[in-house]
Amino acid sequence: MSDRVEVRKTYKLFIGGAFPRSESGRTYEVHDTDDKFLANAAKGSRKDARDAVLAARKGFDAWSTATAYNRGQVLYRVAEVMEGRREQFIADVQAAEGLGDKKSARVIDTAIDRLVWYAGWSDKYAQVLGNTNPVAGPYFNFSIPEPTGVVAAVAPQDSSLLGLVSVLAPIVVTGNAIIVIASTTRPIPAITLTEVLATSDVPPGVINVLTGDPGEIAPWLASHGDVNAIDLTGVTSTELAKKLEIEAAGTIKRVRRPAQPNWLATPDLSRLGAFVETKTVWHPLGA
Amino acid sequence: MRTLAEPLTTSALREFLHGLPGVDEVGIKARATALGTRSIKNESKSWAIDMAIRMVDLTTLEGMDTPGKVRAMCAKALRPDPTDPTAPSVAAVCVYGDMAPVARAAVGDNLHVAAVATAFPSGRASLEVKLQDVHDAVAGGADEIDMVIDRGAFLAGNYGLVHEQIIAVKAACGLAHLKVILETGELRTLGNVRRASWLAMMAGADFIKTSTGKVPVAATPAVTLVMLQAVRDYYELTQTRIGVKPAGGIRTSKDAIKYLVLVKETAGEAWLTPDLFRFGASTLLNDLLMQRQRMAVGHYSGPDYVTID
Repeated sequence: MSDRVEVRKTYKLFIGGAFPRSESGRTYEVHDTDDKFLANAAKGSRKDARDAVLAARKGFDAWSTATAYNRGQVLYRVAEVMEGRREQFIADVQAAEGLGDKKSARVIDTAIDRLVWYAGWSDKYAQVLGNTNPVAGPYFNFSIPEPTGVVAAVAPQDSSLLGLVSVLAPIVVTGNAIIVIASTTRPIPAITLTEVLATSDVPPGVINVLTGDPGEIAPWLASHGDVNAIDLTGVTSTELAKKLEIEAAGTIKRVRRPAQPNWLATPDLSRLGAFVETKTVWHPLGA
Repeated sequence: MRTLAEPLTTSALREFLHGLPGVDEVGIKARATALGTRSIKNESKSWAIDMAIRMVDLTTLEGMDTPGKVRAMCAKALRPDPTDPTAPSVAAVCVYGDMAPVARAAVGDNLHVAAVATAFPSGRASLEVKLQDVHDAVAGGADEIDMVIDRGAFLAGNYGLVHEQIIAVKAACGLAHLKVILETGELRTLGNVRRASWLAMMAGADFIKTSTGKVPVAATPAVTLVMLQAVRDYYELTQTRIGVKPAGGIRTSKDAIKYLVLVKETAGEAWLTPDLFRFGASTLLNDLLMQRQRMAVGHYSGPDYVTID
């Protein structure tokens, strides 16, 4: 049976825990580094971004009130399911990034380990980023990091999985909901990740993945009144970054555009602290 | 002001109501869906959103309603978007009868005050109790009464009783407008919706309303389509225009605009006025305001830019 009919794939978006087609009905072709056709991906539109924000807001309500312990468990579960799909991820990343066997295995292992690493931080980052402050009065004074809200992110264009996980995990572990635009030319590993997310206890809407052109989708997210922050890690064009920063200013969003580090290296805590708001509480002594 | 209808016997009513043409459920649903897919251009959308806001009966019907909550809702009804003076007021506020005085004091003569009465939402009480409920609401300042029909009697075929009760309530309303809630989610079939619509109109309803919002199935486009057909046919017969009010489950601007398309294509443009078409809603208004803001500023708005109800 060598003449089996090929199963050609047309992937969809990941919004609110479901896999809808783009509202626009558009798709685009995804090729590997040798320009061989891999699959069709959905070309997300303005209205998909709008739907994703609605879903993310719903997801945020449940996720931000979940216990830190629970958030850590869920992220660890994602890592577990990824581990089970390790071979598929390796093949995806090889096709997308043209890496050799060893390098791609290392990339996947690092991505899984990174999730575990961030999962571990879920009930610890508050102790590191927060503080009890010395004050001159009969009060306890605490500073506590709280999630910013709905965060839109543009994932790295080159590092299709490890870069994506490294951007996504710190935003989610601190209690935010995210809408992430995957790498345009290399979306398949991100799409496989959505299949993992759909089956690993992540509440619907907490993580939403759009595929398509960030230049088209991101400005709508940057200007959206119900998006609280935007992470421009994957924006390589200065022109687009500037445009997004201007759009985001209209609704006073938190905007971050950190440099892309060597993704294989162990990260510092800067991404964990990027999308939290510090709340300071005065509590009377002896009350 | 219409003259009061005469009571009719159950058998006469049955003969008429069961003589109405049957409803093609599949056809009605297909028609309602088809009208819902119509593309609305920006200019029309802008008009439709303002019209929909003007048609909203801003509603709070909870056991936990307090005078403060009702006053806050009235303030919002008068000026839905304080950041934009061009945003129109809604049509009315809709409250329980005991809150009618609070609402009337808050809105003055600027808006209608609708009160639900007649043992809302179940309608299970004696006629005396129901009429007293209406008297209280009218005395409290309500100029629109939303009554519920006795669904049990209707489903048992006791049309005469339902008819009589509506006539009695209409008489008790005095000058107040009467909206008759059919509670279509409990009528089971669209054929029953058509019959109940005619029954209510013949008994003197000024408006027919789909639902209380207290049962799982509330307003749907198909049900509203059947009711719009009924008011259109009633108009052809009597030259009297009866209003329609879908209530419950309409939460987005998109849904509201679909209903406006239904109205225009079924009853006609004469019904595109707050005097003849209303939305019973609480959360819809916020979505309409967010869409309005989006059209004004060019980017999506969010719940941070409207009030929390």
